[in-house]
Amino acid sequence: MSNSPLRTGAPTGWRGWLLEPAPLSRGQARLGRWYRGWLGFRRNGPAMTGLIIVSALVLVAICAPLFANHDLAFTQVLEDRLQDMSWAHPFGTDELGRDIYARVVFGSRVTLTIVGLVSIIVLPVGLCIGLPAGYFGGWIDSVLMRITDIFLAFPRLVLALAFAAALGPGIENAVIAISLTAWPPYARLARAETMTRRHAEFIEAAQLQGASSFRILLTQIMPLCLPSVIIRLTLDMAGIILTAAGLGFLGLGAQPPLPEWGAMVSTGRAVLLDQWWVATIPGMAIFLVSLGFNLLGDGLRDISEARSG
Amino acid sequence: MSAVTAETPIAAPNGWVRRFAGLVRQVAGLLGSVSLTFLGLTCVTFVIGRVIPIDPVLAVVGDKATRSTYERVFKEMNLDRPIYEQYFIYLKKILHGEFGTSLMTAHPVLSDLLRVFPATLELSVSALIVGVCLGIPLGVVAATHNGRWPDQVVRYGSLLGYSMPVFWLGLVGLLIFYAKLGWVEGPGRIDISFDDLVPTVTGMITIDSLIAGEYETFWNAISHLILPGSILGYLSLAYVARMTRSFMLTQLRQEYVLATLAKGLSPFRVVWVHALGNVWVQLITVIALTFGSLLEGAVLTETVFAWPGLGLYMKNSLFAADLNAVVGGTVLIGVIYIILNMVSDVIYTLVDPRARARK
Repeated sequence: MSNSPLRTGAPTGWRGWLLEPAPLSRGQARLGRWYRGWLGFRRNGPAMTGLIIVSALVLVAICAPLFANHDLAFTQVLEDRLQDMSWAHPFGTDELGRDIYARVVFGSRVTLTIVGLVSIIVLPVGLCIGLPAGYFGGWIDSVLMRITDIFLAFPRLVLALAFAAALGPGIENAVIAISLTAWPPYARLARAETMTRRHAEFIEAAQLQGASSFRILLTQIMPLCLPSVIIRLTLDMAGIILTAAGLGFLGLGAQPPLPEWGAMVSTGRAVLLDQWWVATIPGMAIFLVSLGFNLLGDGLRDISEARSG
Repeated sequence: MSAVTAETPIAAPNGWVRRFAGLVRQVAGLLGSVSLTFLGLTCVTFVIGRVIPIDPVLAVVGDKATRSTYERVFKEMNLDRPIYEQYFIYLKKILHGEFGTSLMTAHPVLSDLLRVFPATLELSVSALIVGVCLGIPLGVVAATHNGRWPDQVVRYGSLLGYSMPVFWLGLVGLLIFYAKLGWVEGPGRIDISFDDLVPTVTGMITIDSLIAGEYETFWNAISHLILPGSILGYLSLAYVARMTRSFMLTQLRQEYVLATLAKGLSPFRVVWVHALGNVWVQLITVIALTFGSLLEGAVLTETVFAWPGLGLYMKNSLFAADLNAVVGGTVLIGVIYIILNMVSDVIYTLVDPRARARK
C-alpha cells in the first residue's frame, strides 16, 4: 500500500484504508464494514437526530455535576417552593423548592441505570433461551418456546405492576419486573436467527472439528445473532423507558428523593393547574429520550435491512 | 402448472373431510396452547402471591394473635400443604372465580372487578374506535404516497405517538383542553350532578344513558370521555397506521393491483376496495393486539383522569397492599389478553383460506 500524500479521486489515508475493496486483514474488513454502515447512517437525518439525543443523554448522565448543581437537585429549600422559571431556576422549582432543571439532569442517571440494567439482564436471558431452542430444535425448542410464548402473552405493564407490588416498590424491583416481561422477544429473535444458520457449512465444519455444541453456540452463532438483537434492543429502549417511567409515575419505581422522571411527573400532578412546569418538564425529558431511542433504532434497522436485503 | 398440481390434495374427492379434520386439529391445538398459557399465567400470579415479603397469615390475624389462632389460620389457608397442592387449590379457586376478598373494599374481588371493568371497557373501546377509524385511512394514504410528504407526516406522527408517555400526554391534555380552553370536562366519568341518574344496565354510562333516554347525561359522559379516549386512541393510532402502511405496501406491489388498474378500475377503488380488502385479515391481529395494549395504557390513563376503572382499582389496591385485588386484576387482564390472541387466531384462520392451507 502506497500512502501517497497527493489527493486523488479515491479516498486515501485512514479512510482509504477503511474503504479498501480488498482488505488485508479480518480486522480491516470488519472496521471497513462498520465504516460503510456509518456512512449510510450519517445520511439518515432522523437517525442522526436520535443518535445525538441518545449521546446527549449518556453525556449528561455521566457528567451530571458539570451541567447542574447537585445540591440544588436534592436540598429542600421550602421558601423557594414552586417558583416560576427564572435565570436561577431555568425550569422552576418543585413543591419542596428543589431546582427542576438540576433534578431532570440528575434524573438522566436513574433512567440510564434502569435501561442499562434491563439490557444487561434481558440480553443474556433472551440468548440463553433462544440460541439452544433454535440450535437443538425438537423438544428443547418446544419447551423453551412454550415458556417464551407464555411470557409473551402477558400484558407488560400489568405484570410489572404485579411484580413490583409483590416485591415492594424500588428501582431494583422495577428493573426485575421490567426484565421479566421484556426478554421473550429476544429469545424469539435469537431462535429465528439461529435456525437460519444451524445448517450452514461453517457450523458443520466446526462440528467436524469436534467443537462442543456450547462452543459452537458461543463462538459461531452468538456473534452473528448479536447485531439484530442489539437493534431490536435499541428499538425496545423507548418502551423500557416508558414502562419504567410509568411504574415511577404509579409510585412503584425509584423512590423519593431519587429524581426519577416519572415520579417527578406524578408529584407535579397536584399542582398541575397552577404550576404546570413541575409535571410537564420531566415528562418532556421522558418523551425526548424515548423519541431519541426510537429514531436511532429506526435508523439502525434501516441500515441492517439495506445490508441484508 | 406445477403450482396447480402441488395444491391438488386440497381438492381431492374427500377434501372437505380432511379439511374438517385439519380444522379440528387446529382448534384442539389452539385450545391446548391457550390452556397452557392460562396455566402459565396462574403460575406466575401464584408465585407473585408467594414472594410477597409480608407473612400472609399475619396479614389476616394481625401481630397480636395467639399462637393457636395463627396455626389455625395457617392450616385454613392450606399453607401446611406441599407447594404444588397449594397451587392446585389456587387454580381451582381461580377457575371458580374466587379471587378472595379485597382488603380495601371488603367485597369479593370478582364482584369488584365486574363493577369497575365496564368503565375500562368504555374507555378502551372508544380509544380503539379512534385508533382504527383514523389509523387505517392514514396508513393507507401513507402507503399510496410512499416516500412523499403524507408518508413522512404519518411516519413521524406515529413515531411521536410511540414515544410519548401516556400519563404525561394526559396531564398536558387536561392542562390545555380542560383548564385553559375549557372545551372538555375534567377528570372522572361524569359530573357529580349527573351521578346515579341512569340505571346501570351495561355499566357503560354512555350506553346506559342512551338506553334510558337521558341525553343530557349522555353528552356529559361523552365530554368526559373524549379527552382520555382520544389520548389513548392516539397511541393505538400510531401502531395501527404503521402496520396498515406496511401491509398495504406489500399489497400494492402485487401484480393483481396492476391487473385491476389495467382493466380500467379507478385507482381509488383498487386501493380502498381491492388492496385494503386483502389487508383486513392481517389487520384483525393488529387490532386485537392494540386492544390488549389499550387495557394496559388504561392503567396509567385512568390514574391521570381519575377514571374509576380497572386500572385505577388496581393502582389503589396496590397502595393498600391489597394483594388479592391486584392479583385478581392481573389475572383478568391476562385472561382478556389470552382471549384476544385466541380470537384473532381463530378469525385469521376463518377469514384467510391460505392460513388454513398452510397449516
